[in-house]
Amino acid sequence: MSFQTNNPVIKWVEYRLPIFSFLHHSLVEYPTPRNFNIWYQFGSIAGIILVVQIVTGIVLAMHYTPHVDYAFDSVEHIMRDVNYGWLIRYMHANGASMFFIAVYIHIFRGLYYGSYKAPRELLWMIGLVILLLMMATAFMGYVLPWGQMSFWGATVITNLFSAVPLVGEQIVTWLWGGFSVDNATLNRFYSLHYLLPFVLVGLVVLHLWALHHHGSNNPLGIDAKAPGDKIPFHPYYTVKDLLGFALFGLFFAVFLFYLPNALGHPDNYIPADPLVTPAHIVPEWYFLPFYAILRSVPDKLGGVVLMFGSIFILFLLPWLDTSRVRSAKFRPIYKQFFWIFVIATLALGWAGSQPAEGMALIIARVGTIYYFVHFLVIMPLLGWFERPKPLPKSIAESVLGGGGQAAGAPASPARGKA
Amino acid sequence: MSAMTPESNHGEDGVKRRDFLYISTAAFGGAGVVAAAWPFVHQMNPSADVLALSSTEVDLSGIEVGQSLTVVWRGKPVFIRHRTPEEIEEARADDAADLPDPQTDAERVIKPEWLVVVGVCTHLGCVPLGQAGDFGGWFCPCHGSHYDTSARIRIGPAPENLIVPPYEFTADTQILIG
Ligand code: FES
Repeated sequence: MSFQTNNPVIKWVEYRLPIFSFLHHSLVEYPTPRNFNIWYQFGSIAGIILVVQIVTGIVLAMHYTPHVDYAFDSVEHIMRDVNYGWLIRYMHANGASMFFIAVYIHIFRGLYYGSYKAPRELLWMIGLVILLLMMATAFMGYVLPWGQMSFWGATVITNLFSAVPLVGEQIVTWLWGGFSVDNATLNRFYSLHYLLPFVLVGLVVLHLWALHHHGSNNPLGIDAKAPGDKIPFHPYYTVKDLLGFALFGLFFAVFLFYLPNALGHPDNYIPADPLVTPAHIVPEWYFLPFYAILRSVPDKLGGVVLMFGSIFILFLLPWLDTSRVRSAKFRPIYKQFFWIFVIATLALGWAGSQPAEGMALIIARVGTIYYFVHFLVIMPLLGWFERPKPLPKSIAESVLGGGGQAAGAPASPARGKA
Repeated sequence: MSAMTPESNHGEDGVKRRDFLYISTAAFGGAGVVAAAWPFVHQMNPSADVLALSSTEVDLSGIEVGQSLTVVWRGKPVFIRHRTPEEIEEARADDAADLPDPQTDAERVIKPEWLVVVGVCTHLGCVPLGQAGDFGGWFCPCHGSHYDTSARIRIGPAPENLIVPPYEFTADTQILIG
């Protein structure tokens, strides 16, 4: 089913720049495992939200003023005076949360089905760079309305770098362009907040390139080799993705139209005041687990190191996980630890939203310890001690009946003998 | 043909003449890139007008004993407190206490009745609340740091005492910060 056309214009272009066959190859005939489930929906959803964020962001930039004296008022001007300004700003503000929801589900799916394992290590690492850039972009975007949370969030987060030994203070002054968060800071954050999404687009292209090179992983975690294992992307997965967009769009719409401020903080509707700190500073929900890790350590530098370490450790995951079986479906013990890990991250998120004392502090500490033990101890050891279930011979066989049993003798390629 | 190229032109130690050219070109180009990058890095540092605002003059005559004033210096709050005799006494008594960042009260003031400190928590930069906390000094609500009447850190995650900015008395009741 390779690309063919009789249209002379397309032929003319195609001869000089084979873009139509490239698109046909990647969006139409791209052979995709036939057994994707709902969890394989969120990559394309994240992609479409990136587009939404860029479009709404460009529009907002037409009405916003990046200056400490006007920023807050210009956002209110967008909300009250600009035609449909309220809609576009709420789309952008809630879109950021939707982006993180989609990406976090996408990442947990990768953890569950072992999508980070060979030969997809680089694909996984590019994804993590995307996550880091998303975080930087979201953080800087949150500063732009110049409300109290904007200002104090920016102050606390940039001050994290003062924990760097020796040159910490210089780094912070350099980031600020002054001796406190001020106009210079707001301006550069605006410039970078506009730039980084386009860098994200470039990284998404690399992510897809790496994905299409070896093909997608799938819920069984076995390589698709048999003739019936794969189906063309179009129409099967274009239709499935469209259904996903529609359902996720409904979810998005509930927040957009009925709960537009549920994920924000009322304090950010108070203009920034450099002399008064709000009583309880909390970051946006998508940073809460990391914030909990930061605060769980009584030492300033230690907290900062662990917080950044909690993301960098994910870069090592393809090598920390020693099991040869990808999917948790066939890893009875890992499956349980996976869910404990999910609970630990949610508990960290809750702890991060509370003042750091009493029960919340204890939970944050236990959660932090588990987070690192999961990656540094459990993942390496499980590969050796866990006995995986027999793997099916092929995707087609598993999907069309026969199931895992048909493989007969334990086809387990695991190293563990226990 | 290949026998004619300069690549085959190497000495006894196996180093080709081309190797020298490659390395020196790369080194020269690398130095050029670093030099060209510096303006783009340095532009992020405080600009001349921001640096020019770096001193503030304050008249202290209106501040009664037990009152505080918050002024802005380099965009940051500076607490100026006219301390009561009891506060001074407490601060001195605590010189011997167990301090995370040991400093005597005398080292932190020019005239004991005037305490001048930058009102920025040394943990992550929040503004502490005055006359609060367990030591009668300042309390940072962000992550719970307590400072005493000499604005020294006593308990909490902050690593250092509130910073004493450079200042001098230009008259009996007038200071110049910065
Ligand atoms: S900023 Fe003051 S305790 Fe953290």
